[in-house]
Amino acid sequence: MTEATTRGDGPTRVVRVGTHPTTVVAVTVVVLLAAVFAVGGKDSGLVTQSIVTGLLLGGVYALVSIGLTLIFGVLGVVNFAQGSMLTMSMYVVYALVAGPGIPVYVATLLAIPVMFLFGMMVQHFLLNRLTSTGSHEGPLLVTLGIQLLIANVLLMIFTGRPKSVGTPVDGSFEVFGAIASYSRIIAFVGAVLVGVALTLVLRRTSLGLSIRAVAANAQGAALVGVNVRRVYALTFGIGAASVAVAGGLMTPFTSLTPSVGEQFTILAFVIVVLGGLGSVLGATIGGLVIGLVQTVGALYLPGTGSLILVFAVFVMVLFLRPQGLYGAK
Amino acid sequence: MTDTTAPRPTTAHELPAADDPRLKDTWMRRQLVVLVVGVAVLSLLPLLLGEQAQSVAIRTLIFAIMAVGWNLMSGFGGMFSFGHAAFFGIGAYTGAYLLVDHGISPWISMVVAAVLSAAVGVAIAYMCLRYKLAGSYFALATFAFAQMFLLIVQNLDVLNKTEGFNVEILPSDSWSMLQFQQGSPLYFWIPLAILAVAVLISILYVRSRAGQYAQAVRDDEVAASSLGIDTMRARLIAVALSCGVTAVAGVYYTQYYFFVGPEQAFGSAVSVEAIIPAVIGGIGTIWGPVIGAAVVGPLSELVATVLRNPPGFLSFLQGTSGLDVAVYATLLIIIVIVMPKGIFGTIRDRWRS
Repeated sequence: MTEATTRGDGPTRVVRVGTHPTTVVAVTVVVLLAAVFAVGGKDSGLVTQSIVTGLLLGGVYALVSIGLTLIFGVLGVVNFAQGSMLTMSMYVVYALVAGPGIPVYVATLLAIPVMFLFGMMVQHFLLNRLTSTGSHEGPLLVTLGIQLLIANVLLMIFTGRPKSVGTPVDGSFEVFGAIASYSRIIAFVGAVLVGVALTLVLRRTSLGLSIRAVAANAQGAALVGVNVRRVYALTFGIGAASVAVAGGLMTPFTSLTPSVGEQFTILAFVIVVLGGLGSVLGATIGGLVIGLVQTVGALYLPGTGSLILVFAVFVMVLFLRPQGLYGAK
Repeated sequence: MTDTTAPRPTTAHELPAADDPRLKDTWMRRQLVVLVVGVAVLSLLPLLLGEQAQSVAIRTLIFAIMAVGWNLMSGFGGMFSFGHAAFFGIGAYTGAYLLVDHGISPWISMVVAAVLSAAVGVAIAYMCLRYKLAGSYFALATFAFAQMFLLIVQNLDVLNKTEGFNVEILPSDSWSMLQFQQGSPLYFWIPLAILAVAVLISILYVRSRAGQYAQAVRDDEVAASSLGIDTMRARLIAVALSCGVTAVAGVYYTQYYFFVGPEQAFGSAVSVEAIIPAVIGGIGTIWGPVIGAAVVGPLSELVATVLRNPPGFLSFLQGTSGLDVAVYATLLIIIVIVMPKGIFGTIRDRWRS
């Protein structure tokens, strides 16, 4: 029953075109930021700095969220393990760097197929039977189990002590008087490139067409010859691979612990709800907005306080626009 | 269902009389008998267990109360909560705050916490269900709320931020303050009684009008509302009961451990501890959560014991942490895929057929 409501009127198309919400969001964000500048009572250099950091962070958030929204749009499954898959890819990169001494960004490239295969296997061996019966609690519980399993197996292998791979490209770059380290810029650019590439794949290739077809109507797609199970597995694989990219790009400036990715599950979920479940564009915009909220908010609420603002946005979305920015309703 | 067109037995003696014992619904009576016998048997446990084993048993009981609470809304109401830590935490913190800052008896806190938690739960559920956002969306929304409460508590001075509350240890036993000598069997009997009440609530609720409505809404919302059931009301009642029961577990937690901090109350691990026993035992059954807790509760202790002196082929695991959670995560995945009705649900179905 909920299956019908969430999949029927919600994310029928993975990629949505729409300029109206984008303008609204852009105007709102600009107005709010201008307000922070004008009456925020903070040093303007500090504000610029947090805006730049926020946008760079938001790019990576967007990538994690795209994976989540894609899996949701096609399979109707909220992947609770998204955050720990991020952790897992970071540790894959770490193992490749610390072991054979492969450079971080090459290791990231190697982590992509690993995570892609992992995602496909999860879908094929664990979720397929449950998704085809149409239950949504089953897959959610399985992904919860996977999340716990990944975090604790990593804990067993690497212990809880923080690990770091060090930054391969030192130095930083100045934009409008704000400092942005190269590794963060690379992460942002990489995330954007992968996001664009994914959008192109979804819009222009026959694989993308079949993914969109399955998202719109799995039964109909099967009738016209789409191998639905294969599309499911590939989608989960793509979702995992986009997380691998995000994880690899973040590794240089992240202190690795087995629970480092956990908060990303909920952040990505908030972003996806903000953007509209199943919408890739929404996830991208949502990622940037949440990145900004977190860093600019940190000016006023230091520590974990800025995350409260992120949840405040979430509650507001639930109240005012539960279908999200780009959700159809 | 009686079908008027079907041939009816014509003679009176072929019809079973209305008071025929075979037609009596003995379900409720059987559940109550099991409950009474179960409580009687379990109450002997503290006499057999050592202090260490008793603390494991008490933790298991707290798990079980949470799982029974979780099951009320998630199993019978069909609304999966991934954020029951929110309600457990409200209980734990209400108890701690009222006791430490105002010296109010935990027994009163249990009532206050249950009401408060039910109100918060209803508000959250109403917000989520208003636009028919159910299923996974609902689950993650509750999770988000639990995380939000965690962050808020960590940043609130009045709740001691990340330090939490320490309960003062009294010099002598006190019923009103729920404190007894360390290792006293009362520490076991009280949560056992709470669990018994929680199970009793489940039993009565399932057969009540409100419970039947909630199950009808869970199984087919459109059909239920077309029969005139107020679906929102039916669901919110389930949520209120569920959150209330879970909060009481929280109050007892603070009381038993003399301490509560944000992570112990609102951490995501707490939500998981409410879900896993219920899923493993059997979602939407009366006894599933209790059986599941009995399986999961002692598991981490068991794993810890094995790891202290591992057999040869497991020696590489010595000194690692995380195995206990990894084991029950694996168990969770296997149960969901292989026997989605859980241990109790599967056995019951076998028995019937």
